[in-house]
Amino acid sequence: MGSQKDMLDVIVVGAGNAGLVAAISAKHHAARVLLLERSPEWIRGGNSRHTRDIRYPHGAEDPYTAGVYSEEELLDDLLRVGGSRVNMELARLCVRESANVVSWMSEHGVKWQQPLKGTLHLSRTNGFFLGGGKALVNAYFKTAQRMGVEVRYEASVEELIIDGQSVRGVIVERHGERRTLWARAVILASGGFEANVEWLRECWGTAVDNFVVRGTPYNDGRPLAALLRAGAMPVGDPKAAHAVSVDARAPKFDGGIVTRLDSIPFGIVVNKHCQRFYDEGEEIWPKRYAIWGGLIAEQPDQIAYSIFDSRMLGEFLPSLYRPFQAQTFPELAAALGLDAEALTATLEEYNRHVSREGSFNPAILDNCSTRGLDPPKTHWAMPIEVPPFYGYPLRPGITFTYLGLAVDETTRVQMRAGAPFANLYAAGEIMSGNILTRGYLGGFGLTIGTVFGRIAGKEAAKHAAR
Amino acid sequence: MPPDDLVEKAIWQLEVCNACRYCEGYCAVFPAMERRQRLTEPDVYYLANLCHDCRPCYYACMYAPPHEFAVNIPQTFSEVRRRTYSRYALPGGFTGLTGTNFRLLAMVAALSLLFFGAVVALTSDPAGIFSVHDGPGAFEEVIPYAAMFLPAVLMALYAVVAIVIGVVRFWGETRGPLRDLFDLRALVGAGADALTVRFMQGGEDNGCYYPGEGASKSRWLLHLLVFWGFIFAFIATSIAFVYQDILGTPAPYPILSLPVMFGSVGGIGMIVGATGLVYLKWRSDPAPSDQVSAAMDYSFLAVLDLAAITGMLLLGLRGTPAMGSLLIIHLAMVFALFVTAPYGKLAHFVYRYLALVQNRIEARQQP
Ligand SMILES: Cc1cc2nc3c(=O)[nH]c(=O)nc-3n(C[C@H](O)[C@H](O)[C@H](O)COP(=O)(O)OP(=O)(O)OC[C@H]3O[C@@H](n4cnc5c(N)ncnc54)[C@H](O)[C@@H]3O)c2cc1C
Ligand code: SF4
Ligand code: SF4
Repeated sequence: MGSQKDMLDVIVVGAGNAGLVAAISAKHHAARVLLLERSPEWIRGGNSRHTRDIRYPHGAEDPYTAGVYSEEELLDDLLRVGGSRVNMELARLCVRESANVVSWMSEHGVKWQQPLKGTLHLSRTNGFFLGGGKALVNAYFKTAQRMGVEVRYEASVEELIIDGQSVRGVIVERHGERRTLWARAVILASGGFEANVEWLRECWGTAVDNFVVRGTPYNDGRPLAALLRAGAMPVGDPKAAHAVSVDARAPKFDGGIVTRLDSIPFGIVVNKHCQRFYDEGEEIWPKRYAIWGGLIAEQPDQIAYSIFDSRMLGEFLPSLYRPFQAQTFPELAAALGLDAEALTATLEEYNRHVSREGSFNPAILDNCSTRGLDPPKTHWAMPIEVPPFYGYPLRPGITFTYLGLAVDETTRVQMRAGAPFANLYAAGEIMSGNILTRGYLGGFGLTIGTVFGRIAGKEAAKHAAR
Repeated sequence: MPPDDLVEKAIWQLEVCNACRYCEGYCAVFPAMERRQRLTEPDVYYLANLCHDCRPCYYACMYAPPHEFAVNIPQTFSEVRRRTYSRYALPGGFTGLTGTNFRLLAMVAALSLLFFGAVVALTSDPAGIFSVHDGPGAFEEVIPYAAMFLPAVLMALYAVVAIVIGVVRFWGETRGPLRDLFDLRALVGAGADALTVRFMQGGEDNGCYYPGEGASKSRWLLHLLVFWGFIFAFIATSIAFVYQDILGTPAPYPILSLPVMFGSVGGIGMIVGATGLVYLKWRSDPAPSDQVSAAMDYSFLAVLDLAAITGMLLLGLRGTPAMGSLLIIHLAMVFALFVTAPYGKLAHFVYRYLALVQNRIEARQQP
């Protein structure tokens, strides 16, 4: 047990994007900053190590994007997807403060992908950092350590020591030993509870046993739970999670980006009884991406099969696993472990109802549809008839959960009773429910972490200096 | 899970990359990979030789070991490159025997030493090795010109033939028709890339992640020294050949002559470069490297370094009794370099150049 004399200025819990940004920002203003991370060093960086790009408003001169993206447009996009209970103050603050994330990131070691000639396509709204999320967190760890932030791995924060409206310190378990660390301010940046299967079971029952957790196995939400027990105010849909369709062969945890599959609109999707259950042609990317996780979660055994023919093979980004392949429908059924007759019947029925009139165009909601089929396929409906035929098994893959802690503009955690804690701050996924109560905007998870991490670091250090 | 066989392991890892693409900003390998729907064995050899082992893709990879996907592109590609040299050069059967490992290169070097020692013993007075020789024709007093010249020419011929066969086979398998190779724009463009060792400067990232994590220009600089040192030494040898065989002036030449000036600049470049690279390699992070390739690199650099050092010493000490032994060691080291050239580290130049040419052609046709 550490003594009160070893008082730290700021303890940051969780070394993902938000925690690293908060620690760096705190270190600009405070003497002793300690960053506690549950995971071993090799897998450090939380879900942030799986990321690729960040969304921020910018003018036409921005070198890492293609075209103007104004603050108003970003705010509109945010409000369209964010659900009905968005904290408008925080949403506006986030958008405003995100205008200079790129320069802040660059100053702290992050490098950017330039539009090389040829293959690299820039996005209009999001900037791509060079090398992806692991390169991003590596750069931040390097900067933080150079500045003198102390980082401790395999240090899991189990409890917070709360005294009225203040937090005094945290209880850390490290290599089987529990210790208390005291600090003048604490920042929580420990992500959501997406890796906590037991907690997820409370939302979806045993179905979660068939889910894939796309990111780190270490985000079990323990600090979040501790605070909710201690009277913090929750935000965000408590039973919702962002889930996409991933290859069913993905590992249970940490498969990251390479297991996602976007083959769905290029064929049909059936459940384990070989029945179609939803319009595969309903939505354009990226919206369809986020609905299919939930749809598959509702099917028996939480499994589905995406089936298409050889003409569609090059239309979507491959997953790391090869599709199952066969020359006939019954052979494909056998390869996928499905009933041959049922699958053949579904495919033939589908083919009979494809109108064959439109012109196929995957870039838009085209005019290829089925007629008289239930459920219909409203776009990109092409007959599945040119062998070889292919199939991918799909499962829901959880990206993150929405439940989090309500905060004020200085990121101080709010209590249910009304007032905020005096010296407890939160940044990143753990508070993104203030802004995204459900739904998702690609690249905005990092925006939230960077903006509020910066604020939390500064405010916590200011408080500690008092 | 990742398979054991090298080519399959490489294909598995590249398929992870192709589904990920986070590293596409680092180098030419990832865009080249993305141009392919499905990877074949020749693609693997091509991509591995397009890789210059700069390593940021290892540090940026969330699937690097101990992750179960075990993606380690720099290490895997080093293994594949090692196999490239023996796969494509002829005679193929020779492959198990050659410069791919330290002991063999050392053995070849020792045998060469014995060979030249024996030549001296049989053709002249062995005691002459340790006496002072001076003025034009001094080298020949130790070892007859034919005994110096003939093996060198034979070995050079053999090396050139083996490498040309390697070129034809590599190109045929990874690209196709040989006439594609006569693409002036691509040849010149890739030539410029090679002459400046352009890729080691790093694109957006300012150098190689070598010896450790974090971009540094030191590897680029040292490699540039070795490369140009080698070219200068080659020029020196060619001029000396002209002097000796066409103009009839026997070596050694005065300090201010062309062969000696080129030779000295080249020699110093090689010594500084090769020694520096050995040091960097020794300091380098073992995680993204292939230990067998590293041993091969060490032995190659050591022999190159020795050849350059003995060459320079020869220049400085040629008026002393040490000259005879230095000459024999020098010849043996150069000889060893030639013997192992088609299969050893030296060959990387050829395959890398071909990969650069192909990449230029591909990028032009299908950006
Ligand atoms: C595959 C994938 C791709 C994504 N791509 C993008 C993208 O391109 N752009 C984008 O903006 N968002 C993306 N996201 C979402 C993004 O990952 C999150 O929004 C963001 O990383 C959250 O950052 P964070 O720092 O809050 O949490 P995390 O990065 O998850 O960090 C939380 C850290 O806290 C640690 N921790 C947890 N509990 C404790 C404890 N008790 N004690 C100590 N430490 C603890 C964890 O180990 C972890 O390191 C992606 C998510 C996934 C899964
Ligand atoms: S090396 Fe790793 S991070 Fe880079 S593209 Fe390949 S899988 Fe992705
Ligand atoms: S080591 Fe360098 S050149 Fe090779 S694949 Fe990785 S980034 Fe590209």
